[in-house]
Amino acid sequence: MSQNGTMIRVEHVTKSYRRDSIEIPVLRDISIDVPAGEFLALMGPSGSGKTTLLNLIAGIDRPNAGNVLVNGTNIGALGESELAQWRARHVGFIFQFYNLLPVLTAFENVELPLLLTNLSRKEKREHVEAALHLVGLGERIHHYPKQLSGGQEQRVAIARAIVTDPTILVADEPTGDLDKVSAGEIMDLLDKLNKEFRKTIVMVTHDPRAAERAHKAMHLDKGELTN
Amino acid sequence: MKIPLAYTWRSLWTRRLTTLLTLGGIALVVFVFAAVLMLSNGVQQTMIDTGGEDNVIVLRRSANSELVSQIDRDAANLIRTDPGVATASDGTPVMSTEVVVIINLQRKDVNGMGNITVRGVSPEALALRPQVKIVRGQMFRTGSHEIILGTSIAARYSGTGIGEQIKFGDAMWTVVGHFTAEGTGFESEIWGDVEQLMPAFGRPVFSSLTFKLRGAGEYEAVKKRIESDPRTQYTELKREQVYYREQSQLMSDFIKILGLIVTIIFSVGAVIGAMITMYAAVANRTVEIGTLRALGFRRRSVLGAFMVESVVLALLGGAAGVALASLMSFVRIATVNFSTFSELAFGFTLSPGIVLSAMVFSLVMGFVGGFLPAVRAARMNILAALRSA
Amino acid sequence: MFIIKLVLKNALRHKLRTSLTILGVAIAVMSFGFMRTIVTAWSAGVQSSGENRMITRQAVSFIFPLPYSCLQQLQQVPGVTEVTYASWFGGVYKDAADFKNFFPRIAVDPETYFSIYPEFITPADQFAQFAKERNACIVGAKLAQEQGFKLGDIIPIEGDIYPGRWEFVVRGIYHGRDQSTDETQMFFHWDYLNERMHVESPGREGLVGWYVLSVRNAADMPRVAKEVDERYKNSRSATKTETEREFQQSFVSMSDAIISSLEAVSYIIIGIILLVLANTIVMAARERTKEYAVLRTLGFSSGHIAGLIAGESMLIASIGLVIGLALTFPLAMGFAKAFPTFFPVFNVETITIIIAVAVALGAGVAAALFPVARAVRMRIVDGLRSID
Repeated sequence: MSQNGTMIRVEHVTKSYRRDSIEIPVLRDISIDVPAGEFLALMGPSGSGKTTLLNLIAGIDRPNAGNVLVNGTNIGALGESELAQWRARHVGFIFQFYNLLPVLTAFENVELPLLLTNLSRKEKREHVEAALHLVGLGERIHHYPKQLSGGQEQRVAIARAIVTDPTILVADEPTGDLDKVSAGEIMDLLDKLNKEFRKTIVMVTHDPRAAERAHKAMHLDKGELTN
Repeated sequence: MKIPLAYTWRSLWTRRLTTLLTLGGIALVVFVFAAVLMLSNGVQQTMIDTGGEDNVIVLRRSANSELVSQIDRDAANLIRTDPGVATASDGTPVMSTEVVVIINLQRKDVNGMGNITVRGVSPEALALRPQVKIVRGQMFRTGSHEIILGTSIAARYSGTGIGEQIKFGDAMWTVVGHFTAEGTGFESEIWGDVEQLMPAFGRPVFSSLTFKLRGAGEYEAVKKRIESDPRTQYTELKREQVYYREQSQLMSDFIKILGLIVTIIFSVGAVIGAMITMYAAVANRTVEIGTLRALGFRRRSVLGAFMVESVVLALLGGAAGVALASLMSFVRIATVNFSTFSELAFGFTLSPGIVLSAMVFSLVMGFVGGFLPAVRAARMNILAALRSA
Repeated sequence: MFIIKLVLKNALRHKLRTSLTILGVAIAVMSFGFMRTIVTAWSAGVQSSGENRMITRQAVSFIFPLPYSCLQQLQQVPGVTEVTYASWFGGVYKDAADFKNFFPRIAVDPETYFSIYPEFITPADQFAQFAKERNACIVGAKLAQEQGFKLGDIIPIEGDIYPGRWEFVVRGIYHGRDQSTDETQMFFHWDYLNERMHVESPGREGLVGWYVLSVRNAADMPRVAKEVDERYKNSRSATKTETEREFQQSFVSMSDAIISSLEAVSYIIIGIILLVLANTIVMAARERTKEYAVLRTLGFSSGHIAGLIAGESMLIASIGLVIGLALTFPLAMGFAKAFPTFFPVFNVETITIIIAVAVALGAGVAAALFPVARAVRMRIVDGLRSID
């Protein structure tokens, strides 16, 4: 926990992409503060830059200008492998299309982030079982992704995201591919993680029902905040 | 309804890297296939062309090369007077009495020796072998210790320039000329006056005789006459072309067998490469295939499209392989001929037959490699394919 | 380690593709091993050369003989412990067109030849019988097996260098001491040849094809060569003396154009191994672009990703290597049976196996280079966006 209770600070960040020889600006001089324990929804039309902002916060992309600080660490200043290690320890990522490895069972998928740690086999197993239990998937842990429904896959993905007890959770359209019932279950889970386990969550979403469950919503349009 | 060819081209182009890799593999296989056939052909061409159509060679019976054959003067004189031997305008029979030995000369390119055939010939030798042409210097004078040598020898061995001397048979021999022989075996030989070379090598008898037939159809009669005459019955007559073909048989068979083993093995590898590529192409375009079928294209059109793709890939690879192989025409190899034990220079000879064989070979590879994957594409269930997106 | 498990599971994803690739690599490794075995077999004669043996032959070329009278003079050269002699008989056995009927037929002096060549081992009783009989011969075990020669058989040879009909009685079968010893030769009495020449062609008696000298110290060999050749330099029969190894090597290098071609082909084979493997690995890595991005999101490093890709490549290469090597041996044996006297010694050498291993594993690494570079250079966000 850093001073003032701010978990994530984005300072005057600008990001553009290069396509062939054209430079396309995506984020223009954005600054936001996310306090610890917050459940933030990032919304906006497609092309607004919300996913890009999420990626910068998660440390899987770097800004062209400005700083991104997470829990006091300026992640833009870290080298590639340091950044990878930082991600493993501090970020849990939840994708729209789950992105589970098809050749691994649910158990093995959740175990993945733990392989980067020095935990013993027993300890790893305990963490995985705990995470899967938390998301409500006691059985079926040895099934392959193709044997699971969309909702179940997303739960496995969430279990994977929390198994290392990361500092922040980022979610990119977590309910985008789910039906109404499953979406509701997933949002319940995220809610629980935020309220009971005090996880700071930043979520990109189109779905107004999902956004309702967050504490706060920020809107972006053409790379700028429009609240 | 037929699926357009543009579909094939663009599909191959989209996955350029794998297309190129597979094409490369096929090209390599076809290259080796064609090169081996060209080499085997080259050996035979060299040797067969060495022999003249109307020339007959006389050897000792059961001698399978000139090196181990002996013919004495009496027999030679008798054969010379046979009516079947052609005569020149001045009445002299067109026959060359020859002696063949092997000597060692120092190679220019590596530190080593080569075995070179030295052939003592009569003045009629040039008339018997019109393909032999003196390109530098002049013919040796009869009765002298002068020699001429083939351009292949001049190029590969030291001490063979015009005016230089070579020692053998305890005498010095002066090089006075270089000759070409249209790429045939004589280009790898040294020629001198037979009557000078025989005593130099301590050989009292000839190795062989070569004469021109007076009439093309007379071969059988002449052969029978000479071989049954008690004074010459230890000899055996052969058409010169047949003799030289036999001299190259071992070499060219060896090359062919070795080459075919290699090619068969390679081709299995190439077919596997093509199969892998085509299976991947099919797997990648599952949705496309489902769409095409949903649109109404029949199963056999899908099968056809993928077969065409595979065959086009193979033919392109084959063409590249043949093009590469044709570059080998500029390469000449000199090595020991297993049958004569002396040096023979030959090249890679491309023929229309070889080009055709190579293209058919690549076609077959494309067909075999593409068949099973194409069948898989054709048998796909439309709904399953569309849903796999 | 976990990476190994993931590599295995990935490889099994497309069983057909993986099996085909393994098969392709195996076939290529097999032909590589085969080609190299032919190349090494060609030089087998060089390997079987004696350490301290030298060959003295006619300087102009080996087809000219040397006088028998040289024997005593050669024995007296300082440093020379023993001298023997031999003549190449040649001749034709049965149908000359069938290459299987070719085998070396050499006239030797039984008393001295086999002590200079101790690698030809004949049972004592057989040798004694051979020594007693004028037209007796001993044949190599491999030759005996090929042609079905048994003790007491008569081998008829139609002479060519030495014309006429000749008959030899098999009185002994020798075995080679080393793996590289030629067991396809036939030896008979030089005296028998000489006596017949005395009767039929007096000008050709008392002539020897070549001499073999045994030298006490290897260091003396250059001096011995010089001394012998100097002595005969200006005579009718100038000599060329060289070590047996050089002598054998000179034959090998005459075919070096063919040997080089075979070597070139073996390099092409390496290229094919690489192409087949690279083709598959490139495809596999491309399919998993998004997965690699996900792994990197989770914190796995580029090194881990490289390990996955290279691991799969090495796995396929290794399995293909093992299968290919296993197949090389039967192929080599089959070929040796087809051309028995052409390559009297046809073994798959250890060095061939080592090179094949290096090549296959090297190809495993090389095939992974481009996909690894692509995966590592790709930005995570691009990878996540990619569609298979």
